Amino acid sequence: MNSLSLYFSFIRNCLRAQMLFPTAFLLRFGSQFIITITEFGGLYALFMRFHHIRGWTFPEIAMFYGVVSVAFALADTTCRGFDMFGPQFVKTGDFDRVLLRPRPATLQLMGFEFGFTSLGRVLQGGIALAIAIALLHIDWSLAKVFLVVWAMTGGFALFFGILLLQATLSFWTVESLEIVNTLTYGGIEAAQYPLDIYANWFRKFLTFVVPLGCVIYFPIATVLGRNDVAGVAPWLGAAAPLAGVAFLAVAFAAWRIGIGHYTSTGS
Amino acid sequence: MTALPYLAILRARFVLMLQYRAAAFAGFATQCWWGGIKIMVMAAFYASAARQPIDLAQVITYTWLGQGLLGLLPWQADAEVSEAVETGNVAYERLRPVDTHTLWLARAIAARAANTSLRVVPMFVAAAIVLPLIGLGAWRWRMPSSPQAGTLFAISISLTVLLSSAFTVLLNIAVTALKTRRAANLAPVLVSPLSGMIVPLVLMPVWLQPFLFWQPFAGLVDIPYRIYFANLTGMAALAGIAAQTLWIVLFVLAGRAWMARVMARVDMQGS
Repeated sequence: MNSLSLYFSFIRNCLRAQMLFPTAFLLRFGSQFIITITEFGGLYALFMRFHHIRGWTFPEIAMFYGVVSVAFALADTTCRGFDMFGPQFVKTGDFDRVLLRPRPATLQLMGFEFGFTSLGRVLQGGIALAIAIALLHIDWSLAKVFLVVWAMTGGFALFFGILLLQATLSFWTVESLEIVNTLTYGGIEAAQYPLDIYANWFRKFLTFVVPLGCVIYFPIATVLGRNDVAGVAPWLGAAAPLAGVAFLAVAFAAWRIGIGHYTSTGS
Repeated sequence: MTALPYLAILRARFVLMLQYRAAAFAGFATQCWWGGIKIMVMAAFYASAARQPIDLAQVITYTWLGQGLLGLLPWQADAEVSEAVETGNVAYERLRPVDTHTLWLARAIAARAANTSLRVVPMFVAAAIVLPLIGLGAWRWRMPSSPQAGTLFAISISLTVLLSSAFTVLLNIAVTALKTRRAANLAPVLVSPLSGMIVPLVLMPVWLQPFLFWQPFAGLVDIPYRIYFANLTGMAALAGIAAQTLWIVLFVLAGRAWMARVMARVDMQGS
């Protein structure tokens, strides 16, 4: 069986298992959706009062918000195995079993749990995007559609990389890994606004260290025709999501080193 | 019956919580980070329209109070009770020679108070003392607006602990009735928007204000914080404290009645 079909059979099994308790499944899906949609409602309430944020309007922010939400939710859906890696695999010693199987460890972890309930956030992000597209009068072209999808892909790669680094950290410690939430959930919070509202040091951090700005802000500002504010040329805005892919590549390298360091802890 | 067993629970919980220093540090770092992002966002909003029911300095204080006192919010049922329900150990809860509702209330108060008092101190030091020293005084956590505001805040925030704990007991009972900890999953749906944690309630539309003020969750964040920076003073502050008291009484009465019904026919599960 090749890797791809194995992965899909992992996913099918996850869906079957989760569907054994349909009420619980729907409740989790629903609560994910409602929680995130109330956040979006809060954003709308702020715009009703303040009208704009440094010249950016609500539909424009909804665009950033939709793209970053979908990107994160897709990463969260497919990478739960890395998110829970410390407590579930390292602490218990279960990672030994993963390593013994004649299949890539990364693939097994990606197939460990498919978070169908996180799709509630995808739905919410999709609604935000739909609102943005309906309210904004963008002159759509194939290139712009591609750029939105490309920004999401870069965002997905970046969040995947963050979760992979979190998993890598658990080779050294399994305590207090929730600090990584500052980059995941905190990342969504930060990247839903255009970078130019932030202090300089924070803007640099989001461009060069954890390149959320590269994967969301620069390309989407390009789609919105606000390159001047973002301070990037259109070609640079279009190329910027590569930074997310590069981040993922670095995270993979770290992950490989981490696996090399792994010593079993279980009993 | 004396209060001794309940006080013992409080003390044990404090000692337990103080063991988790690494978790507390991670929480502290997370709160600084969130607080920083929220403040930069609000500062950008205020740059476009500064005339609002509360000014930017008040929103900043509100944000730091919110991060420092995050542990007071009832996000979920008591983990111990959830576990007891899922393993069948809830039977032991009924066997203890103390009133179960009061026991759970005491446990919730202990958890909230211990957790928060451990976290609020470093947050205060960082946001109220360190920030001005490093030249970010505009972002600092300010003192209560007057001694009177401070006193009223002390009363109000104590009521917040009770209100939050009484609501936690309701969540515990829901978990017991439905036999799964997922029963409490919807709590954040009510708590985060209605407490004012996502957006300060005073910044919501004007026509919603009477409803927002008198619904139970305003007493968790919005009312005490607005008392702190003297946005609610005099009769308005007393009305806020009255709203908190009212909801504590209603939650406790509802909790006792509901618990009596649930416990009359609770199934034990587990091995």
